[in-house]
Amino acid sequence: MSTFLGMPSDIPHAPAGVGHLHGREPFPAAAHRALADGQLRRNLAAATATIRAKRAAVVAEVPDWEELRAAGSAIKTASMARLPELLEQLADAVTARGGRVHWARDAVEANAIVATLVRAAGADEVVKVKSMATQEIGLNEALQAAGIAAWETDLAELIVQLGRDSPSHILVPAIHRNRAEIREIFLREMGAVGRAPDPGLTDDPTALAEAARLHLRRKFLTAAVAVSGANFAVAETGTLAVVESEGNGRMCLTLPRTLITVMGIEKVLPTWRDLEVFLQLLPRSSTGERMNPYTSMWTGVTPGDGPQEFHLVLLDNGRSAVLADEVGRAALHCIRCSACLNVCPVYERTGGHAYGSVYPGPIGAILSPQLTGITGSDGDGPAGTGSNDSLPYASSLCGACYDVCPVKIDIPSILVHLRAQHVDARRTRSRLPSPEAVLMAATSWAMTDPRRWSAAQRGSRLGRLLGRRSGRISTLPPPLSAWTSSRDLPRPPPETFRQWWRRERG
Amino acid sequence: MRVALFVTCLADTLFPSVGVATVRLLERLGHEVVFPAGQTCCGQMHVNTGYQREALPLIRRHVSVFGPYDAVVAPSGSCVGSVRHQHAMVARHAGDEDLAAAAAAVAARTYELSEFLIDVLGVEDVGAAYPHRVTYHPTCHSLRLLHVGDKPLRLLRQVRGIDLVELPAAEQCCGFGGTFALKNTETSTAMLADKMRHVLSTGAEVCTAGDSSCLMHIGGGLSRLRAGTRTVHLAEVLASTAGDPR
Repeated sequence: MSTFLGMPSDIPHAPAGVGHLHGREPFPAAAHRALADGQLRRNLAAATATIRAKRAAVVAEVPDWEELRAAGSAIKTASMARLPELLEQLADAVTARGGRVHWARDAVEANAIVATLVRAAGADEVVKVKSMATQEIGLNEALQAAGIAAWETDLAELIVQLGRDSPSHILVPAIHRNRAEIREIFLREMGAVGRAPDPGLTDDPTALAEAARLHLRRKFLTAAVAVSGANFAVAETGTLAVVESEGNGRMCLTLPRTLITVMGIEKVLPTWRDLEVFLQLLPRSSTGERMNPYTSMWTGVTPGDGPQEFHLVLLDNGRSAVLADEVGRAALHCIRCSACLNVCPVYERTGGHAYGSVYPGPIGAILSPQLTGITGSDGDGPAGTGSNDSLPYASSLCGACYDVCPVKIDIPSILVHLRAQHVDARRTRSRLPSPEAVLMAATSWAMTDPRRWSAAQRGSRLGRLLGRRSGRISTLPPPLSAWTSSRDLPRPPPETFRQWWRRERG
Repeated sequence: MRVALFVTCLADTLFPSVGVATVRLLERLGHEVVFPAGQTCCGQMHVNTGYQREALPLIRRHVSVFGPYDAVVAPSGSCVGSVRHQHAMVARHAGDEDLAAAAAAVAARTYELSEFLIDVLGVEDVGAAYPHRVTYHPTCHSLRLLHVGDKPLRLLRQVRGIDLVELPAAEQCCGFGGTFALKNTETSTAMLADKMRHVLSTGAEVCTAGDSSCLMHIGGGLSRLRAGTRTVHLAEVLASTAGDPR
């Protein structure tokens, strides 16, 4: 990280104890449980394979896809470079069109602002458009604590909320559930909070959607306040944009009298024209559709049409800290399409909950730890603090995420960058080196000199004593026991390559 | 052509037959192979685990050892990927711009084996014979970091007697990922299980690839299961002839 005059020395990260940016345990422990869940594995494998194929097909038909990706990346890079200026321009434009702008340093401030606004509107319930930012800050829980009920209106978010569950995918939050499970949740929970479904409800997707539709219709027609996130904001006009598939967003954005939008500060784009690039990239990357069914845009307040009160809450919650990191800041370019989740071999097997944060998968592995801050701990702090330090390691660095990212975020390189930050932070935190650090230093020392390296190789010949009979090594002491838990190692050969070379050619 | 062999620390220590095969293959094609004895390791394991400070002397060594050669060839997509995508980056991160420039120069002359055969030597038929049922696993770094595409397959299709069968879900990672296999061993194993299932579904005797590391992972799993399918490096398949089978 480079610093310059005027840059604050200690930019705050997202505060602990509020919101959903980390889990209670490090990734390997959480993954352990997920991997044992056969139904979850099956649901995920089927769902991600379907979305992957859809995405690949619709991306292949765009001749200038690579140019679009390059444009998306360039626009985001340029926007991040003058973020303060763009945010002020946006705030002025929103205010000029009759909206009110609120600045929230973190989750605590944002939640308090929204609760105050809802109370001022005289409401005790809100309808919600699916929003990552409000999940990140734990808005629903904060509103509940303030005596305000928040109803999720996106079908999958509704399933998650009714199931007292947490989302496991950015775009398809209930991807871990199959339709039989959804039917059970609807029958068990829907009646207590709204319109009970027909007791003869089947697990036919059309029937399930109809039950949700009837339940939600009442909420849309009675709520006085809606809360949304935003996919994009246009600085020059003060326009906000939400893209969605179900029409629930359009209902929330147009029916209630008051609209409150909580938006991460990185969502701002300079000009209206920039939307052209992202509205092509996003639907094809996320749902695998040429175009999403609903694109809602609004600019301030229009008398007599739609919400008559509009509030925009601009949320930092660690984003400025991410922006200060020259390599890591590219994580802020993310447009939440979730293409990286769907191609990730780790995500496909562990699901989203293993990542602990509302941002799972490869993008979550680079975004969550940056928002909460790399601590250098092993993730065993109280209530899981520091568990995000394990996320940059939750990848085989296979690179599939980078290939599909519509804004070309080099996720593998950022993962490697964050691993280095974790190692450095651990060195600062504890003077006692970890066994791993000792091993890395020792191998580096040995490999810096060919004679030492040859000696180390001769040492590994001792491995020939193992597996003498079978020709394979099936048990090794820790830490290599992790390898032999599921794989053999070949018995070391009688001579190394360099010995062969010396013998044959030396 | 005079070619410097960058054998990689893994092949040097555990899979010397891969280095031998690379030498035999290139010599059979009429080229001179040299083995700069000062080489050790590209430092990828250190960089990928977060130990850039420890990787730096290895990168410095690699750059000075291979600096004098016009062409450097390695039987590994992953190690060539590290040379191309990490060496200059780590040097720059450490504030050593001279090393970064030298590393970039070496990287520009470093080739993965299939790239070297097709792009530099312009040969697809290397005169190999390998009468076995074989499936090819495209390793992640050769595929997505180096973009070797179908070059290994083009080479394999010319091999006499080979029964080449397509691997389902070929482009999915085998779950190795260096220290990932140790730090997240259960997730790694879950990925390996699916890779093995696909390999075994082909009925192949041999699973081949361009990286000893991925093959050590897949082969280690197949060995544990006594599955009867073995892993053989691409270099060994291509080095094999009727008179000198491997």
